[in-house]
Amino acid sequence: MGWFSRSKQNISPESQKRDIPDGQWVKCDGCQEIIHKNQMESNLWVCQKCNHHFRINSDNYISIIFDKGSFREMDKKMRSADPLKFTDTKTYKDRIESTIKKSNLYDAVKTGMGKVDGRRISFACMDFRFIGGSMGAVVGEKIARAIEKAFTNKIPMVIISQSGGARMMEGAYSLMQMAKTSAQLARLADAKIPYISILTDPTTGGTTASYAMLGDVIIAEPKALIGFAGPRVIKQTIGKDLPEGFQRSEFLLEHGFVDLIVNRKDLKAQLSQLFEYMS
Amino acid sequence: MTKNVLDFEKPIFDLESKLEEMRKYQDTLDIAEEVKSLEEKVIHLKKAVYGNLTRWQRVQLARHPERPYTLDYIYLMTDDFIELHGDRYYKDDKAIVGGFAKMDDQTVMIIGHQKGRDTKSNLYRNFGMPNPEGYRKALRLMKLAEKFNKPVITLLDTPGAFPGIEAEENGQAEAIARNLLEMSRLKVPIIVVIIGEGASGGALGIGVGDRILMLQNTWYSVISPESCSSILWRSWDYKEQAAEALKLTAEDLLEQKIIDRIVPEPLGGAHKDHMQIATGLKKILMSELVALLKLKPEKLVQNRLKKFGSMGVYSE
Repeated sequence: MGWFSRSKQNISPESQKRDIPDGQWVKCDGCQEIIHKNQMESNLWVCQKCNHHFRINSDNYISIIFDKGSFREMDKKMRSADPLKFTDTKTYKDRIESTIKKSNLYDAVKTGMGKVDGRRISFACMDFRFIGGSMGAVVGEKIARAIEKAFTNKIPMVIISQSGGARMMEGAYSLMQMAKTSAQLARLADAKIPYISILTDPTTGGTTASYAMLGDVIIAEPKALIGFAGPRVIKQTIGKDLPEGFQRSEFLLEHGFVDLIVNRKDLKAQLSQLFEYMS
Repeated sequence: MTKNVLDFEKPIFDLESKLEEMRKYQDTLDIAEEVKSLEEKVIHLKKAVYGNLTRWQRVQLARHPERPYTLDYIYLMTDDFIELHGDRYYKDDKAIVGGFAKMDDQTVMIIGHQKGRDTKSNLYRNFGMPNPEGYRKALRLMKLAEKFNKPVITLLDTPGAFPGIEAEENGQAEAIARNLLEMSRLKVPIIVVIIGEGASGGALGIGVGDRILMLQNTWYSVISPESCSSILWRSWDYKEQAAEALKLTAEDLLEQKIIDRIVPEPLGGAHKDHMQIATGLKKILMSELVALLKLKPEKLVQNRLKKFGSMGVYSE
């Protein structure tokens, strides 16, 4: 062994986390290409070589979709009240507090109104940084209120999903958010107000089984994981490997559960066009 | 005497066996006193055990293999049941059953998850885990009820929607989501009863209604205690703690204002006396129906939106 070789691997890669790292250079998960951060940003966090769509946060989506400076956030400081006083390996209360500090978010969704090519819309964008984008009472309530805003103002509704599903730490309350948001969407549909659902990586569990799958038009980003049960659970249940591309956007398109797969750079234009057709 | 004895029921079972043994000699020996005192002991013990169940013990009772299932309730509570089959797109899911029936003089559409009692019937029923076609069949039947202005009763008892390749290919999430939306605006009364396990979206997929009732020894939550343990504790060994943390019993959910009413069960659980629980449930269902049938369809839908809109606790 040379004197310069490392005796042990003391820098381990953060295997699971795929948020945008803080360094100047980023390695593409799709093709291993090393890309400079500035280049990534100007290309909306999409690899120019292989079109891999990096996971981005709610602020990024707001800047991509809305006319500059037009977005006004609602219910910004709504936060979980920990109604079950839930504790697993640590308390839910501590989990919330440390996540708020780390992510600068109060919960896993941002809602508000703004303009897309001059057209006012009501909007919700989930954010994976907050406890895996999980849906508890805050997410449900904020989304329900955003849909109500679309209803009372007669403006289109857009929800971007990015979520592991319903949040365990709020028990049955989390489950009921699925019914709460779907009931609001039923009223919106009766009023003939368009709702577009955008699915990003990942959209699973109770989120998929409620508002995410209820769009008049459902758009997915390329290669996003979208499903009800997680792939690991399915694999364990059936005891077989899953087919290539299973539960990816292209798979859902093929099976008839999304309308379009849209590249991030085309998202705003497609939304605008759809709003025009559905008005 | 029941064959399926849960761990915590063992002392009761032992005492009851002893009592039975003694009764055999009651005629020949003078032990009436002892028999009587043992009988009292059994009653006391039952009250002590069943009156202080932990949440995990409730989960075990909810899964008891001798509990009445949907078809049992249908046969015990209604007459002239006609089961209707198929989602009209793809298949007939055996894990959800439904059809028209008469409850006293009232025609109802009654729909529920269906488990099996042994290996063979459990395979046939897929352990009460529906595929998308089950949710779509349920929705078709609810729309049918709406068309002819009949109230809907749904009975929930599932370990979850089936996690399989086909289920995903055929849109498990879409099927559940569609039901939530359509049930929230259905123009006839819907009464939901959790009769066993209420596991997450698989249960809620037929669980949106005007009145939500829970039998005393059932559970209803966002995830099963086992799965919760495996995700949050990264081990299957913390199911008791997970059950406690999830607060998933009927009493918990009543306190959380998610359900409206608890249906009392016979001492020791619904399986101890199928007739008694079915009669009790029927009486409650009839009284709830009478009240709901007085409301106009618009009012029903409006109330339902408000009901689910108010679920959840947060701070601003």
